[in-house]
Amino acid sequence: MKNKAHMLDIRALKASAGGKEILRGINLSVGSGEIHAIMGPNGSGKSTLAQVLAGNPAFEVTAGSVTFEGRDLLEMPPEARAQAGIFLAFQYPIEIPGVSNAYFLRSAYNEIRKARGEDEVDPMEFVGIVEDKLKLVDIDPEMLNRSVNVGFSGGEKKRNEILQLAVLEPKLAILDETDSGLDIDALHTVADGVNKLRDRNRSFIVVTHYQRLLNYIVPDYVHVLSNGRIVKSGDKQLALELEEKGYDWLAEHHAAEGAPALSAR
Amino acid sequence: MSSQIDSLIDREYAAGFVTDIEQDTLPPGLDEDVVREISRLKAEPPFMLEWRLKAYRRWLTMKEPHWPNVRYDAIDYQGASYFSAPRKKTPLGSLEDVDPEILKTYEKLGIPLLEQKRLAGVAVDAIFDSVSVGTTMRDELSKYGVIFCSFGEAVRDHPELVEKHLGSVVPYSDNFFASLNSAVFSDGSFCYVPKGVRCPMELSTYFRINAADTGQFERTLIVADEGAYVSYLEGCTAPKRDTNQLHAAVVELVALKGATVKYSTVQNWYAGDKEGRGGIYNFVTKRGKAYENAKISWTQVETGSAITWKYPSVILQGDNSVGEFYSVAVVNNHQQADTGTKMIHVGKNTKSTIVSKGISAGQGNNSYRGRVFVSPKADGARNYTQCDSMLVGNRCGAHTFPYIEVSNKNAIVEHEASTSKIGEDQIFYLKQRGLSAEQAVSMIVSGFCKEVFKELPMEFALEAQQLLGITLEGSVG
Repeated sequence: MKNKAHMLDIRALKASAGGKEILRGINLSVGSGEIHAIMGPNGSGKSTLAQVLAGNPAFEVTAGSVTFEGRDLLEMPPEARAQAGIFLAFQYPIEIPGVSNAYFLRSAYNEIRKARGEDEVDPMEFVGIVEDKLKLVDIDPEMLNRSVNVGFSGGEKKRNEILQLAVLEPKLAILDETDSGLDIDALHTVADGVNKLRDRNRSFIVVTHYQRLLNYIVPDYVHVLSNGRIVKSGDKQLALELEEKGYDWLAEHHAAEGAPALSAR
Repeated sequence: MSSQIDSLIDREYAAGFVTDIEQDTLPPGLDEDVVREISRLKAEPPFMLEWRLKAYRRWLTMKEPHWPNVRYDAIDYQGASYFSAPRKKTPLGSLEDVDPEILKTYEKLGIPLLEQKRLAGVAVDAIFDSVSVGTTMRDELSKYGVIFCSFGEAVRDHPELVEKHLGSVVPYSDNFFASLNSAVFSDGSFCYVPKGVRCPMELSTYFRINAADTGQFERTLIVADEGAYVSYLEGCTAPKRDTNQLHAAVVELVALKGATVKYSTVQNWYAGDKEGRGGIYNFVTKRGKAYENAKISWTQVETGSAITWKYPSVILQGDNSVGEFYSVAVVNNHQQADTGTKMIHVGKNTKSTIVSKGISAGQGNNSYRGRVFVSPKADGARNYTQCDSMLVGNRCGAHTFPYIEVSNKNAIVEHEASTSKIGEDQIFYLKQRGLSAEQAVSMIVSGFCKEVFKELPMEFALEAQQLLGITLEGSVG
């Protein structure tokens, strides 16, 4: 990867959930401003990787290391990771009844500002800040008054995640199957939003099952995850190849090398 | 993953200090002589003594109720003292004469009583152990004809009002704890708002238990005359002690024709330690009677006490009267709460609303118990009940006991209930956005309680929200 210090370095990372090993030795480096797509069949460990990077306590890291801007990420609690600039767009955004989206967003924004040594903003100031971001993802301002994700359609939930991404301005954004459950129009909107947030200082890890999303969010690198390991890396061509030949192609390819077969969908 | 939920340390109970002052306390024990002595100490007129004695004799025939879903060791009624008062240096003429240690206590609790430091727009009656030590803003209130004073002063200065309304909502024979209170109650707050007057400020009573091994028996009587309006707040704290203390208060609200009484409580009695030692037994009877077109609204945030047993209720006596009950009850560690309300529909077209939010954490046990009663004559009566429980962790309990008795075919009664568990996924989601565990829990719980908090006066809503955060601290990691 280009000759610059990596923002994120994952070395021989292993993780399990409920005693079952899911990640079996992941190596991945992400430089500033790069977009990495993580593809792979269901159950390959894509979402687990995203959750582990964000610090979900449901997963146990059993080996390996992760450094983010030179810091030991695995030592940091989830909120410290968020404050350091890591953002996870959830595959299934969580509902928080009774808490307005605006209050939630402002609280998160202020926590991250505080961590950066900046002053908190009051509700009036925040309205100004959030207004521009709403347009980015084509969100009705009325949605700010609704409870977080409660009664949102699938598309609204995903757009709400991107709105949070836009407001919180992370250094590393991890999109976990943000395309799942979206129709083509919603996919456009979400991808447009993400593209507008691309920046040479902001990196993305885009986790997806399908190549479709990568037509809109064009990655610098594509990695294929299988059975908890990255079995192939390449550029965007790899995604197209996968689209054409299916994960079975890689499975056969990989099986020939003595690795267990992939389960394709 | 619930190990995550059970970690973290508890924050200290900030109000748990003891004030070192001289107090006059009756020796432990209860008999007719003690009742007479209390009445004598308070220089009461004969009607009060008679009422107390009737209550005492009735109490002797009653048994402590054990139907609530709470457990505790037997209370030794002869082991407690029934009267304790700060030793007065001078007769109480003004607040300036109050023992400075007591003034300091209230200041530490955030309730400054002296003129220059008082909260704007709130009048306070400060009850220290069994007696009222002072009432603020009285001159201002008297301009409107509003009487706001200690119960003792009301008996002395307005005996006709007391005699007329005392026991008119909660009779001396009502229940075991109410009868005990009627026999031995020492002081409390009294409020009268005259016809057509809208009370110009919030009235509040701040109850502070200080003495050890004393029972606490106060009585609050609020009368809103025809068309009057009053909003009343009640706050409570006590020192941390290893032994349990009984608090058996009675609150009576009278809302005459077209009047409105709004009564809000933020209850923060000492709840006992993490192992369940000590804490207040809060066995309280609260009830209001709403006459024609009147409205009574109870809002309570119950965060303290080892055991809470209370059912703020409304008798919807007059036609078109309205009763409301909004409640948040939180239990953590070994706290137990059996709380709810009764809505008794007597008049026609009466309307009641019940919104109850129970939160259980640690090994706490929370029960909602509510009764909706519609009498045969209550044509067009309407009740809506919503009862939600939230569990934090997996060693706590939530229970709902709704009793609905409808004797009128035109009545409409609705009951909705839900139980949910605070999710690890919710907490992780909020942490991933940069919030700490405490902030996350506090946000989720506040969201859950939103409908109740919005009923509280603003200053109180903030306090309640903070208190909730403190109470639940340590329940989630």
